[in-house]
Amino acid sequence: MKKLTAMWEQTTDFLLAKKKILIPVVYILLASVPFLGLSQYFIRVLCLIGIYAILTMSLNLIAGYMGQTSMGHAALYCLGGYFSALLGSKLGWPFWITMLFGIAGGALGGLILGLSTMRLSGSYLAVITLAFAEVVEMVVLNWNSVTNGPLGVRNIPRPSIFGWELTTSNGGFYWLMLVLVTIAILVSICVVNSKFGRAVRAIKEDELAAKLMGVHTASYKVQTIVLSGAMAGMAGAFYASMNRYIDANSFNFDISMTILCIVIFGGLGSIPGMIVGSALLIAFPEVLRSLSDYRFVVYGLLLIFMMRFRPQGLLGGLSKKPYKLPAGVSRPKGQSEAERGKQVG
Amino acid sequence: MVLEQVMNGIMLGMVYALIAVGYSLVFGILRLLNMAHGSIYAFGAHMALFAVAMNWGLPAAFLFAIITTGILEMLMDTVILAPLRAKNAPNITCLISVIGVSYIIQNMLMIVFDSTKKTFPKLFDFGNVEIFGITLTSAQISMFLIALVFLVILTVIVNYTKVGLAMRASRENPKAANLMGIDVRKIVTFTFFLSGMCAAVAGVLVSGYYQMVYCTMGTEAGLKGFSAAVLGGIGVLYGSVVGGVVVGIAEALAVAFLGGSFRSATAYIVLFLVLLIRPSGLFGKDNVDKV
Amino acid sequence: MALLEVNGITKVFGGLVAVEKVEFKVNQGEIVSIIGPNGAGKTTIFNMLTGVYKVNDGTIVFDGKEIHNKQPREIVKAGIARTFQNIRLFPTMRVIENVLVGEHINVHYRFWDLLFKTKKYREEEKKAAQRAIDLLESLDLGGEIDNYAKNLPYGMQRKLEIARAIATNARLLILDEPAAGMNPQESAELKEFILKLRDMGQTILLIEHDMSVVMDISDRIYVIDHGRKIAEGLPKEIAVNQQVITAYLGSGGVKKDDDTEKENS
Repeated sequence: MKKLTAMWEQTTDFLLAKKKILIPVVYILLASVPFLGLSQYFIRVLCLIGIYAILTMSLNLIAGYMGQTSMGHAALYCLGGYFSALLGSKLGWPFWITMLFGIAGGALGGLILGLSTMRLSGSYLAVITLAFAEVVEMVVLNWNSVTNGPLGVRNIPRPSIFGWELTTSNGGFYWLMLVLVTIAILVSICVVNSKFGRAVRAIKEDELAAKLMGVHTASYKVQTIVLSGAMAGMAGAFYASMNRYIDANSFNFDISMTILCIVIFGGLGSIPGMIVGSALLIAFPEVLRSLSDYRFVVYGLLLIFMMRFRPQGLLGGLSKKPYKLPAGVSRPKGQSEAERGKQVG
Repeated sequence: MVLEQVMNGIMLGMVYALIAVGYSLVFGILRLLNMAHGSIYAFGAHMALFAVAMNWGLPAAFLFAIITTGILEMLMDTVILAPLRAKNAPNITCLISVIGVSYIIQNMLMIVFDSTKKTFPKLFDFGNVEIFGITLTSAQISMFLIALVFLVILTVIVNYTKVGLAMRASRENPKAANLMGIDVRKIVTFTFFLSGMCAAVAGVLVSGYYQMVYCTMGTEAGLKGFSAAVLGGIGVLYGSVVGGVVVGIAEALAVAFLGGSFRSATAYIVLFLVLLIRPSGLFGKDNVDKV
Repeated sequence: MALLEVNGITKVFGGLVAVEKVEFKVNQGEIVSIIGPNGAGKTTIFNMLTGVYKVNDGTIVFDGKEIHNKQPREIVKAGIARTFQNIRLFPTMRVIENVLVGEHINVHYRFWDLLFKTKKYREEEKKAAQRAIDLLESLDLGGEIDNYAKNLPYGMQRKLEIARAIATNARLLILDEPAAGMNPQESAELKEFILKLRDMGQTILLIEHDMSVVMDISDRIYVIDHGRKIAEGLPKEIAVNQQVITAYLGSGGVKKDDDTEKENS
């Protein structure tokens, strides 16, 4: 086991050292996938993985960095989907505009959730997120005149660029997914490596201490949920347009739980963990169709074993690399290279 | 009309109270939200269904459900949670593990009993009873009374027995309780058994009331019981009972005056409002961070 | 005028008077200690100073401005920062990140800036990191910047907590029992450390049980018992004050550990 982790570390170190070359290569490879002549079904699964990668990165902001559990994340996803879908199908607005409204819708949901949970934390916060999701679902199901109630929204327009309509079969949605996932990654990275990210992580570690260091904890908690909501809303808008049909069931409790499970499985606070986790857990039931009856048994076992033997998740846990200082800042004198390596951990 | 709905709400609320108490028992002692409680409730109902199908008769079915469900909860604790506690794992680790358990139980029920809705016999039938001009069905009354009996039994166990004293001591301070010679592990296992019992009883009662059993019945009931527990201040047993009744009444009123589609969300709206005003629930202690 | 003036503050917890009409002053550049038996109300006073509790009566004036009943972050901005009786670092954040959180209020950019990594963001982050490194180096923690706070030895965690407080640009440091849990060797080091902070220009308000620390480094001492101030004065006056000795009687009294002190000075 130790040997294995050492090998893993060496590999990741090597990959990270070459990241300037590797990242463009990976992107070119990923971008060429639609030309491989894969089935539409396969492309669709890849797009779903992308959607979940965005959703989990969104929840990761709340759960991984701020340390709060949300069991109703699908609500924010739902708001994004419905805002975008309704403006598209009822008013005929183009996707690019409705997606912005989807993002705003998710953010608005986040704002409401954030403001109402400002005083709560831990189990109580988890319950409120759950309650919030149920209330959103109720509104969707009962506000017939706007949401079509249980019938759902049909014929959601697809995006088009200069007359070229994006579909699953021409690869358009796949490429759009790559762009959106990239945006989510960049936003996550930028946020984490800033005073914002530090404040939010400090809240997770010790809220009162953070407060007494001058951090406006309540404000940061709300802002984090709003940002998370915006990201989930983006995923919702994309899903609605790709699937062309949504109803309340597209965003139910199972979806919330799946998002939470992937975040835990991938590793709280790890951005690569979200992507790898989504890829594995979303692809798995599709790959093992014969086992699909047992899908949730396997999910359950996976979670239990993970928690028992690797609770930090697949790629979570504390980094052993030296802290990355901003460019132009010199390391303390008298701290040798060797010292840096051995100190951490 | 309103009074009638309130009565209906109280009848159903007692069952929510029973589920809520199941959450509270475990939360009180381990600070753990037992997210598998809903599935375990469905498991209890299915065990009773199995016994009924075997023609063992209702009382035996009741007993069978209680014992098997209690054992299931105990197993969950011993096999999955106890090793995590031994490692001093953080709370979220345990929470995710029980979510895993919940998935497995619900999925296994679907595989073994298939996912259709199955009929379940009425528990008792002695016609309708009229109290203060309100007609109550025998199903409602028997549900209310049985739930009440079990709540009283639980109260007696927790407040007036030696085991109950040990439970309360372990809840206040597990380390000190251990030093006083209380086998906290056994107490935790016993607590899980009691929690399983609550789930099974509630499962059988609701199945008898709606005359229906299905695999995903635990999701909604679980969430509702959960809201009831949080509403009353999770970990506080009488709070859970009050929470359950409040949820029951709110739901009955919402169904009567707003329509059936508002049934499931009512509990959450009430919860939302209560937590906005009292962040630790109605009877919960404020969790003040001390410097 | 004194840097900090506390005038007759009172705190009542549901009928129990925890702190009653306590007054004291801290001048620029001083080390002032508040001592008293357990449960005397010292930490309650600190909690009122830093905005954790509201005062029921009285005023707290810092640098000419009233700060009582303000939000903790406003008090930090005014220039008061604290440490905690039982260390409250951010355990799984790096040493340097702990200090950077302390600098939080002095790093100025908006969400927009961090999203697009504007020049302002880069400059502010660079400035903040450099300040953090300089501070840690000046406190002999320069070699530990990459480490996680939880991995530091106890004494260093105390130092880091103080560093985090200094990083807020505080003009008054409030240290809540910094020597708690330390062996004589460690507390002697701490003493040196606090004197060094004073020489660096910090003003320090201290709660401490360890008399060897308090008596040696304080410029002035206030004694609190049962929520009231029972004495004030120079260390040598306090050491012989009859009321103080009575308050402490049975708990070991005022004792000096001369040997360790000489060894380390």
